[in-house]
Amino acid sequence: MTPTTPTTPTTQDTQTPDKTPAPIVRISDAPTAQGRFGRFGGSYIPETLVAACTQLKEVYKSIQRDERFWEELRDLQTYYTGRPTALYLAARLTANARARASHGHGATILLKREDLAHTGAHKINNTLGQALLTKKMGKRRIIAETGAGQHGVASATAAAHFGLECDVYMGSEDARRQRLNVTRMKMLGANVIEVDSGSRTLKDATNEAMRDWMDSVEHTHYIIGSVVGPHPFPMIVRDFQSVIGQEAKAQCLRHIGKLPEAIVACVGGGSNAAGIFYSFIDDEHVRLIGVEAGGTAIEPGKHAAPLTHGEPGILHGSLSYVLQDKDGQTSDVHSCSAGLDYPGVGPEHAYWKESSRVRYTSCSDDEALDAFLHLARAEGIIPALETAHAIAEGIRLAIEMREDEHVLINCSGRGDKDVEEAARLLKARESD
Amino acid sequence: MTRIETIFRDARQQGRRLIMPFVCAGHTKPDTLVHFLPALQHAGAGVVEIGLPFSDPIADGPVIAAAMHDALERGTTPEQVFNQVAQVRASLDIGLVAMVSVSIVYRAGGPDGFAAQAAQAGFDGVIYPDAPFEEADDLLAAAREAGMTASLLISPTTPAARAEAIAKACSGFVYLLARTGITGERSDAPDVAGRVAALRKATDTPIACGFGISTPEHVRAVVQHADAAIVGSALVKRMSQAEADGQDAVEAAVAFVRELVQAAAEVSKPEPDTGNEPVTESD
Ligand SMILES: Cc1ncc(COP(=O)(O)O)c(C=O)c1O
Repeated sequence: MTPTTPTTPTTQDTQTPDKTPAPIVRISDAPTAQGRFGRFGGSYIPETLVAACTQLKEVYKSIQRDERFWEELRDLQTYYTGRPTALYLAARLTANARARASHGHGATILLKREDLAHTGAHKINNTLGQALLTKKMGKRRIIAETGAGQHGVASATAAAHFGLECDVYMGSEDARRQRLNVTRMKMLGANVIEVDSGSRTLKDATNEAMRDWMDSVEHTHYIIGSVVGPHPFPMIVRDFQSVIGQEAKAQCLRHIGKLPEAIVACVGGGSNAAGIFYSFIDDEHVRLIGVEAGGTAIEPGKHAAPLTHGEPGILHGSLSYVLQDKDGQTSDVHSCSAGLDYPGVGPEHAYWKESSRVRYTSCSDDEALDAFLHLARAEGIIPALETAHAIAEGIRLAIEMREDEHVLINCSGRGDKDVEEAARLLKARESD
Repeated sequence: MTRIETIFRDARQQGRRLIMPFVCAGHTKPDTLVHFLPALQHAGAGVVEIGLPFSDPIADGPVIAAAMHDALERGTTPEQVFNQVAQVRASLDIGLVAMVSVSIVYRAGGPDGFAAQAAQAGFDGVIYPDAPFEEADDLLAAAREAGMTASLLISPTTPAARAEAIAKACSGFVYLLARTGITGERSDAPDVAGRVAALRKATDTPIACGFGISTPEHVRAVVQHADAAIVGSALVKRMSQAEADGQDAVEAAVAFVRELVQAAAEVSKPEPDTGNEPVTESD
């Protein structure tokens, strides 16, 4: 499965000679059986949901050695999703970065084209896996929360493929700014339930999905859309998304004969980032950079960057970094991108942050909009606004890196859903 | 013996069943508790469950979630709740139990820090609605350390062996969910007979039953078996309604609690069915 690199130094044994088989705990070994990534993670949920999470844990364990399950998933990935997705050398983006770099600088930019996966984003990797688990559990209905609508579309798609009922919760503000995806979900036969409470965005949609599940656990599986929520969701979603990094690793070795020096991904809940990072976590020489939504300013309420500006706290079932006030009330957040507009983040990212394995940074709405246009015009690829955050940081990094180095950016999704909102934002910016 | 334990012991000895109203701190008025708690004692409540408002209460339906948002919009903080409880505690005999999300506990000094503040204010116990058994060791120990009782929830989806383990870990009372799903009014009376009987075989700890208990009739159905009935959404809704109609929310609540207390009294019998029969396997 995972192609191994010639030398794979791990974090803890860098001082010991290469061949010593020391009993080491690798960062990639998390979580524990209790769902702990270091001190983060866990399972803070009402008792009514415990049975459902226990069942999920058991079914997931039982399929670990079930070759037929993985074969079915691999076939789906190949013939339905269209995997492996391409690794693309962005020559004009690279040339533009080089033109702005000092002598000898300007790394080559590679894109992992998750935007080419069926439905247009990495989210399908997770929903097909979890829909297969749903069948295993003998449940007939799935529910999902969605921000950008990509997870909702991917859930509705998996439901259509497997003949499951599907209800998707979506904040009404997100339904407004991602109207195309609302229509797609309905076309696919899903029921879209708009949520009007709180900030009317992803956090509130997640609350409603959990409330639904409290009363429907017997016949319904909740397909969480990112590496968030109670154990075992962060682990399961990461595992289903890790196909991105596995492919990217093999593709890099094949095409550039080495691993990239740096990998960049945007971080909402953190699933596309976890998916591409995970296979490289123990390759300590590969720099990993997660990009959060910097919004319009660093003041509370104007961004959605819990790893950059937040503190440890509990939200939606796990301990991680969150944006909360001093009493534990969830803060308002803002991002131009609905998929990043969330006050929490997956617990594994909190662990990677605290262990300094991954560096987290943020980029602003404006920078993301610039990168959105830049990628569209330099390469003919319209990225999702979420993805545009990673593009912006990837270009910034490429300019600083040496010419013989490579930066791999996870192109997590396509931007069809965003063109109207981006046009509106660009127009508003012009008239400022 | 803690106050909660004494209250349940006395009630059992006298063949009384308790009504435990749930109120959301800060709902309708920031300082409601100061007037509300004495009025609830006067109306015959046994223990009052005081919910600390939380921005994202996933176990709560629209009525209680809205009350919590209302309270937060008025600026309600844990500190204010502690201050109000401290103000009236000395004049009251009823038990006061905090219902609090782990999200708040984690920020308010963690399990120990939160329990110390709550006990200091005069709370007699804590209910942790979103801390399952596996995550609750520190929370239970901290409450006990601070001299309070600690209750976890048991759901209809909880397997029998696990329910027993949870019941044994609780002190004061066990919170038995009358139904799956979130809080909110329901039209049908819950059927808890079987689950209460099974729990009685495993524990002597009093059983309080809540979620969807909305009418005097529901109360009668529940306290046939359980030691107490917890009434939340039905009460909170009456308060919101009274407020919207320009009436006194506390008065509306007290009138309703009187009805519920009356209903519970009709069921009273000398000794609740504490199931001291020989232990048999149940599932
Ligand atoms: C294209 C795309 N990228 C990224 C995200 C953010 O989610 P995550 O951080 O889980 O990858 C979303 C979420 O909707 C998305 O649609």
